Amino acid sequence: MFDFLSDYDDPSLLGAFWTTVQLTVLSGVGSLVWGTILAAMRVSPVPLMRGFGTAYVNIVRNIPLTVIIVFTSLGLSDIFGVTMGASDFEVRGFRLAVLGFVAYTAAFVCEAIRSGINTVPLGQAEAARAIGLNFTQILRLIVLPQAFRSVIGPLANVLIALTKNTTVAAAIGVAEAALLMKEMIENEAQTLLIGAIFAFGFVVLTLPTGLILGWLSKRLAVKR
Amino acid sequence: MSSVLYDTPGPRAKRRNVFLSVVFFVLLALLLWWVWRTMDEKNQLTWALWKPFTESQAWTTYLLPGLANTLKAASMAMLIALPLGAVFGISRLSDHRWVRGSAGVVVEFFRAIPVLLLMLFANEFYDRYTNVTSEQRPLYAVVTGLVLYNASVLAEIVRAGILSLPRGQSEAAMAIGLRKGQTMNNVLLPQAVTAMLPAIVSQLVVIVKDTALGGVMIGFTELLNTRQTLAANYANVVQSFVVVAVIYIVLNFILTSFASWLEGRLRRSKKGTGAVLGVDDVDDINAGEVGGTTATGGGGTI
Repeated sequence: MFDFLSDYDDPSLLGAFWTTVQLTVLSGVGSLVWGTILAAMRVSPVPLMRGFGTAYVNIVRNIPLTVIIVFTSLGLSDIFGVTMGASDFEVRGFRLAVLGFVAYTAAFVCEAIRSGINTVPLGQAEAARAIGLNFTQILRLIVLPQAFRSVIGPLANVLIALTKNTTVAAAIGVAEAALLMKEMIENEAQTLLIGAIFAFGFVVLTLPTGLILGWLSKRLAVKR
Repeated sequence: MSSVLYDTPGPRAKRRNVFLSVVFFVLLALLLWWVWRTMDEKNQLTWALWKPFTESQAWTTYLLPGLANTLKAASMAMLIALPLGAVFGISRLSDHRWVRGSAGVVVEFFRAIPVLLLMLFANEFYDRYTNVTSEQRPLYAVVTGLVLYNASVLAEIVRAGILSLPRGQSEAAMAIGLRKGQTMNNVLLPQAVTAMLPAIVSQLVVIVKDTALGGVMIGFTELLNTRQTLAANYANVVQSFVVVAVIYIVLNFILTSFASWLEGRLRRSKKGTGAVLGVDDVDDINAGEVGGTTATGGGGTI
């Protein structure tokens, strides 16, 4: 029944899912960094920075991820000659996809972090100022510890959504799970079985993430 | 302006803010100048490449039919997914454990799988086991994929909408002797539908964005797909991407604004219980925070 799996070795089933995992992890780290910078801009006292952050989030959120990913290949790479330091076609596709995922997911990371900061009541910072703490002390000792704890849940969501979104990289030919599924399901007779295998693969990837991070966010939630 | 992070600025903070504004403005201007120069170097600013979009032909032949298909697939998916979602959402609140449990398994399963996988599977399934014509197949596959995923998200929205009503509503219904079915149909559902309208409208944004996947991966002739034909004809890849992105942004912005307007209207309304499932709640619903189930399918408007 599973014989046909051995016909696929570039990439193999596990190899394709490994690419999915790599895409998720690299894009996750990248969007966490860029999203945090954006969030810092959106809550800063400088109006111009706030405006830039808001504009970025509202524009990027409303464009389909597919449009962004396809543009990285047809626009950035083909027209503007962005190679991401890779001469190899496959490596370049992978890096371009990560770039697209970071640009897109950062908007959602930014919103998650901003909503986390907003859950800290104003009275916390006012009390901290009243006992004479300065800005960095307030941030380090009062606001951020509370904000981080309430941000875990929303960030876990973004991570799970990102895991599923990495399938869009198939649109520019990155050899990850969805592209392998497309190839297999078109060439093999076992339509249902192939669907079930890949569905199972994604359940295995998303379910533990959701369970562990969900448990963590409940455990760390600030009781108010 | 005062926030949790900083106080209303005094003279020194004001000076520092002005300084930061200037620095940021310069950086932004440099970035824009660099983008402009790169575009110019690659001859992407030539008027000939932008001109097609000022003429009606590009719109009537490519963009508008594409947009029409995008809207068609999105509205069909929403119309089919809504009743399905309602059935599964209500089943998850059932008093019978096996109904609750099996509905829960189905909903969690389809939320955990990428929409693209569902579309690819549906496409192949229709090809092999049904006699749907090959012109119709992409539309069928896209709508099927979208329905399967969004019905499970809508199920959670329906469930959260019902749970958002004050407990007194169902208690009062029980007290005057209504049965479970009557309580649901005559008391809870009508109020829940109003409460979850904003959430449903903002879920439409997700559906519209996901139709683009069908255009690239299974050849459904929606906006992103017709863009490709357009760019092949006028040789303006970058320009067509800009125009298509703007169309998506405007469309989704209208939907989001409408959802927020609905939400504000419902919150201000003096009728009803004041229960509203807002735009931001969609993320929480996808997290599975409501009702204490664990998250599998994240996302909200992602």
